[in-house]
Amino acid sequence: MTSYLQDKQLTIALSGEIDHHSARETMETIGGKIDTYLPALCILDFRDVTFMDSSGIAIVINAVRRMREIGGKIRLQNIPAQPYKVLEAAGMAKLIEIPERSGT
Amino acid sequence: MKYENQIQVTFPSKSVNEGLARSIVAAFAAQLDPTLDELGDIKTAVSEAVTNCIVHAYPNEIGIITLKAKITGDGVLDLTIRDKGRGIADIDQAKTPLFTTGGAERSGMGFTIMESFMNELRVTSQPGKGTTVHMKRKIVKRGERP
Ligand SMILES: Nc1ncnc2c1ncn2[C@@H]1O[C@H](COP(=O)(O)OP(=O)(O)OP(=O)(O)O)[C@@H](O)[C@H]1O
Ligand SMILES: [Mg+2]
Repeated sequence: MTSYLQDKQLTIALSGEIDHHSARETMETIGGKIDTYLPALCILDFRDVTFMDSSGIAIVINAVRRMREIGGKIRLQNIPAQPYKVLEAAGMAKLIEIPERSGT
Repeated sequence: MKYENQIQVTFPSKSVNEGLARSIVAAFAAQLDPTLDELGDIKTAVSEAVTNCIVHAYPNEIGIITLKAKITGDGVLDLTIRDKGRGIADIDQAKTPLFTTGGAERSGMGFTIMESFMNELRVTSQPGKGTTVHMKRKIVKRGERP
C-alpha cells in the first residue's frame, strides 16, 4: 500500500481485492499511517481497487473514526463502479461525502 | 428441480477461499453473458455469504462450506451457500442494517448488500446446525438490454 504526505495531507492508495481475507492488514496499515503522520486530511484513493465487499465498509468506518479522534477530515477519491455501489448500498453517503463515481 | 447447468463445490472455511468462491461463480455465470456490472453484483453477494460462513458460522474452527450454482431456464442464476456452523437464532434481527455480532471489523451490512444486489434472498437457519443462504439473480439477455 503506497502513501504520501504533503502539507498535512495524507494520501493512501488502496489496491487489489478488499475482502475479509485482506482487510485486517489494510485496516492496521491505514490506522498506523494516521497515527504516525497525524494528518489534517486523509485521502483514501480507490483507483486500483479491483473488488470490495462489506469488509471495506468497516475499513472506511474505522478510518473515519480515527480521523475524527484526531480532529481531522477524510475523503475518498477515484472510486470504481463496483466499490462505489457497495459504499452506496451500505449507506456510507450519510457518514461521509462520496464523490461522483469515476469510470469503471 | 429442472436446471440447465449446475455446479457444486465444497471447501474449508479459510479466508483465502473467499476470492476463489467469487471467481468460481463468476466463471460459471459467464455462460449467461452478464455485463461487468451484473458480474460485480454477483461476486459481491457471494463474497458476503461466504465471508459470513467463515467469520460467523465457524468462529473458532474450520468447517465445510458448500456452494451450489445453477442456471435455470430464462437466464436466472440461482446460488446456495450452506454451512453447518453455529446458526442464527433471529434471522430478522441478523438482516437488520448495522446489526453485527462481529465487532469493529464488521459493519453489519452484509445481508443488506446481498438483498440489494440480488433479486431474491432467502435465509434459513437452525441454531447449532447451520445456515443456508439462497439467492437469485436474473441476467438480462443481450438483445433485451436497454
Ligand atoms: N452463516 C452464518 N452463521 C451464523 N451467523 C451468521 C451467519 N451469517 C450471518 N450471521 C449473523 O448475522 C449477522 C449479520 O450478518 P451481516 O453479513 O449482515 O453483517 P456482518 O457479517 O456482521 O458484517 P459485514 O457483513 O458488514 O461485514 C452477523 O453479525 C452474524 O451474527
Ligand atoms: Mg457479513
